[in-house]
Amino acid sequence: MNSLIPLLVAAPLLGATLLLLGGRLFDRYGHWLGTALAATSFGLGLALFSDMLGRDAEHRSVSQYLYTWIEVGDFKADVAFQLDQLSVTFVLLITGVGTLIHIYSMGYMAHDPRRRRFFAYLNLFLAAMLLLVLADNYLLLYAGWEGVGLASYLLIGFWQHKPSAAVAAKKAFLVNRVGDLGLSIAIMLMFVEFGDFTFSGVFGAADQASEGKLTAIALMLLLAACGKSAQVPLQSWLGDAMEGPTPVSALIHAATMVTAGVYLITRSSVIFNLAPDAQTVVVVVGAVTLLFGAIVGCAKDDIKKALAGSTMSQIGYMVLAAGLGPIGYAFAIMHLVTHGFFKAGLFLGAGSVMHGMNDEVNMRHYGGLRKYMPVTFVTFGLGYLAIIGFPGLSGFFSKDQIIEAAFAKGGTEGWILGVCTLVGAAVTAFYMTRVMLLTFFGEKRWQTDDEGHEPHPHESPAVMTLPMVVLAFGSVFAGGLFAWNESFVDWLEPVTGLAHGDSPLNATTVTLLTSVCVLAGVLLSWLMYGRSSVPVVPPVGSLLTRAARRDLLQDDFNHAVLVRPGSALAASLVYLDSKAVDGFVNGLAAAIGGISGRLRRIQTGYVRTYALSMFGGTLVLVATTLLMRSV
Amino acid sequence: MSGWLAAAGGNSPSIPAPHIEYGQLSPMLIVFGAALLGVLAEAFLPRRARYGAQLTIALLGLAASFGAVVVLAAQGHATTEAGLLAMGAVAIDGPALFLQGLIVLSAAVAVLTYAERRLEPRLNGNAVDAFAPQGAAVPGSEQEREATRAGFASTEVFPLTLFAVGGMLLFPAANDLLTMFVALEVFSLPLYLLCALARRRRLLSQEAAVKYFLLGAFASAFFLFGTALLYGYAGTVSLGGIADVVSGVAQVTPALAGSTQNDALLLIGLAMISVGLLFKVGAVPFHSWTPDVYQGAPTPVTGFMAAATKTAAFGAFLRLFYVAFPGLRWDWRPVMWGVAILTMVVGAVLAVTQQDVKRLLAYSSIAHAGFILTGVIASNKQGIGAVLFYLAAYSFVTLGAFAVVTLVRDSKGEATHLSSWAGLGRRSPLLAAVFALFLLAFAGIPLTSGFTGKFAVFQAAAAGGATPLVIVGVLSSAVAAFFYIRVIVLMFFSDPRPGGPAVAVPSVLTRTAIAIGVLVTLVLGLAPQYFLDLATSASVFTR
Repeated sequence: MNSLIPLLVAAPLLGATLLLLGGRLFDRYGHWLGTALAATSFGLGLALFSDMLGRDAEHRSVSQYLYTWIEVGDFKADVAFQLDQLSVTFVLLITGVGTLIHIYSMGYMAHDPRRRRFFAYLNLFLAAMLLLVLADNYLLLYAGWEGVGLASYLLIGFWQHKPSAAVAAKKAFLVNRVGDLGLSIAIMLMFVEFGDFTFSGVFGAADQASEGKLTAIALMLLLAACGKSAQVPLQSWLGDAMEGPTPVSALIHAATMVTAGVYLITRSSVIFNLAPDAQTVVVVVGAVTLLFGAIVGCAKDDIKKALAGSTMSQIGYMVLAAGLGPIGYAFAIMHLVTHGFFKAGLFLGAGSVMHGMNDEVNMRHYGGLRKYMPVTFVTFGLGYLAIIGFPGLSGFFSKDQIIEAAFAKGGTEGWILGVCTLVGAAVTAFYMTRVMLLTFFGEKRWQTDDEGHEPHPHESPAVMTLPMVVLAFGSVFAGGLFAWNESFVDWLEPVTGLAHGDSPLNATTVTLLTSVCVLAGVLLSWLMYGRSSVPVVPPVGSLLTRAARRDLLQDDFNHAVLVRPGSALAASLVYLDSKAVDGFVNGLAAAIGGISGRLRRIQTGYVRTYALSMFGGTLVLVATTLLMRSV
Repeated sequence: MSGWLAAAGGNSPSIPAPHIEYGQLSPMLIVFGAALLGVLAEAFLPRRARYGAQLTIALLGLAASFGAVVVLAAQGHATTEAGLLAMGAVAIDGPALFLQGLIVLSAAVAVLTYAERRLEPRLNGNAVDAFAPQGAAVPGSEQEREATRAGFASTEVFPLTLFAVGGMLLFPAANDLLTMFVALEVFSLPLYLLCALARRRRLLSQEAAVKYFLLGAFASAFFLFGTALLYGYAGTVSLGGIADVVSGVAQVTPALAGSTQNDALLLIGLAMISVGLLFKVGAVPFHSWTPDVYQGAPTPVTGFMAAATKTAAFGAFLRLFYVAFPGLRWDWRPVMWGVAILTMVVGAVLAVTQQDVKRLLAYSSIAHAGFILTGVIASNKQGIGAVLFYLAAYSFVTLGAFAVVTLVRDSKGEATHLSSWAGLGRRSPLLAAVFALFLLAFAGIPLTSGFTGKFAVFQAAAAGGATPLVIVGVLSSAVAAFFYIRVIVLMFFSDPRPGGPAVAVPSVLTRTAIAIGVLVTLVLGLAPQYFLDLATSASVFTR
């Protein structure tokens, strides 16, 4: 059974290879092939999952060695996979949601001339992401980490003819490089400290390392997580990444890849547990991001960017929970999975709306769409209820647990974190209600597009609505299922450990407080956007609103603090290079050329000169040989 | 006087017949036999049948010779069974067999390019090759024009080459100075002739041959004089015998006691023999013939000379210094340091301003001789293996590169001026890419055989305490990389010259030669370990 594990990665990799190298051969049926291979991977994942369920908790983690990748001296890296409760959870999420989004894309990308390439990239993404979560060592994980980065770059810039898409792809890639650097430094530190970078080797030896070194490793891992998961301060790429086709936003930039940072922290729980200072930084990053994303989400008129802000914020919840240690890991992953369902569903819904509205993304140009797109409305609505934490739906269970865990951290810290998460819940309710009201309710504010086409909103084809329906089911029931008997927490306990903090508030109080906050958010939103009419042209707004529309000035900050000094440094280096380095090199080259030109004259072409030079050479040779003896 | 009379007078009535190990000498004997067969074929076969017969004889002879080398190596003659043959005149051991195999293979590749008849336009219905229609005809004479019109061809080049190969096989195996000298002349004389036989630009070709001959004779004279001085010192010409006298193990004949063991004789003899060998490998300041001869000789012959002569000469060099003079290491090493540095620097620097591809490759071969010398100077086992490997790598790159040169042609024959190579990458991307690969290998860029070879000799030299030499070597390599890469830039990033040369489509013969060059370059670059091990295991000289 374990020998099936490599096939999980191999199936989509085969798809990517065939579709990319097969060329026009696959133009007509390539999307079927890509989808079938994604589904194959999902089937394999299910089979491995059921096999794992058949074993008792201690024997669920299995590993599968494939081959030795690199071996140089003491440095040995294997291609080996580890399938345990945590990775199988990810495998099912990735392949399950991935397959649904493949299906959705068959409809969404039906008329795109580069459809085959799109599916090839999607398959490449699946393969890389599965490699990331299945690797049994950090180096192989790094390979997957870079692979998803590449796939993300290719897919954000898929419509490369649009300069904005090309720039967004480049931005995502560059910002991610900063995070990737963190991961590579972390791996190097591990190798220096432990002589190893397999999970078992590092975690087994971690308690012998000094806390300072562990903190350094943990902070570098956190930097990596910030890059991939769009956490402050490396959050700036996610909003622009919405330039990619909407299925990509749903799969990569909502459900799976952006959660890789949470996976990394949870996987490295042993290191983080031994580095409390680093954990504090993790919760701070999580708390800041959850508010940052939520505020940005409130101000955006672009439906995808509003959802992107929300994604950032929800991942902030997860990172915060992961930073809490054993009291939070399981809830972080649980929220990750439920978020995967409802956020993917919301994005697919947004895509469906855009599909019906001539690719319009500005919510101020929507309105009253519920009658025209009933399926989209219902599925989107269920996703909406799930994300704000409507009692009984998925988000209710998972988010509530995180808020509880935040309070359970204890002390002042617990209070601050608890309040942050509560405020976050209220703001989430506010901006999601805003999205809902602007899109599906109120009067029509439809605009003709640049080419003069009137929008004729219509329901999307079944191939698109079906995945939305399936995801809506997940949004509704997954949380309840996981919370039932604490089944999910028990399932993950062997990997992440579990502890219960001492909360100053009991569970019921927290739930009540949360519900009050959510209700307040919804009400405020309804007052602003439901009761009164919405202007098509956005009002000037307060200072905060204007800052939030500019993503809280993140790009201005980066530009002033990083780009400008960076350009200045580059310019001075170029100056140095062209004047000093090139000057030296060119001078040297000119000197050698000059010497060469002089020496050439010795080559006269006359045998007598040659013979003379040989004779002279012989004299010197004989003389020096004799001289050497006498010295 | 009395001794001479006693020898003649009959105390020992019969001279004992020398014992000759024909089986172990078979690589050389087969090649010489094939050469004689070629002479007979030239004399008795009708003109039309000669080309096919000569090519067959040459290739079969070389193949059989290579087979003999492989069999001898398999029988352990390279290692445990190594020993002296023919009354001590010839040594058969690891280096000898390795170099013999290498020379035979290089010669086979060169013979393929000799036999190419697709490049020159057909004359009188006959396909012709790169060689003069009639070697004896005066350039520009009526006789030559007639021979050209008739479409004659000099099929003598095949037996001549085989004679040269035979001499080259003997050269690195020769275990006494006289045998070495005979081998030197046996392979040099056919080469002088071959140089004179170019079909195009015959005057240049003949001039090259005369220069080569005069300077070669000059160098041979030094070699012979050195031999005489060493005999005067040691009372023997056997390499092992000289080493014994140097180290004081052997007592010399009392009759010669007056003149022997005079260190001046030894050192001057050593220096003069070195001159003879340094001339053949093309080391500075004995290099001046190289560019003129490489440019004037027919290009297939240039490729053969550049590869096989260098291999044979470095083989003899190694044997001389490792078998006869290991005890004189402190005398010859400083001098050779100077020669190696001078060779690397002058070769690389002078190549920078060359405008002709063949001259460029000639200077490059000088620089490479310097790199190989660093391996010789290492004077350790590692160094011998590195030199053997370097020779193998260099031979095939050189053969391939000169084979490519034969293909770039205009109406006057080969277009060797660099300006006509501009933009070649646009018109014949494959050919330009192949040439670029060879240039990168010359430059020693990783993943090519050139890198592995250079790394091996430099590593050995560093281990042998010659670090300054390695530094000079690396710096010269940097200078050398400039002119190699300049050609690549010229081929790929310049606009083609209007009316520039065309790339001729060769027959399967040249294709095979180039393909072998590419293959060896890549294999020795990507997976060199087996061959490095082979060269290292073949790096023990017998005495």
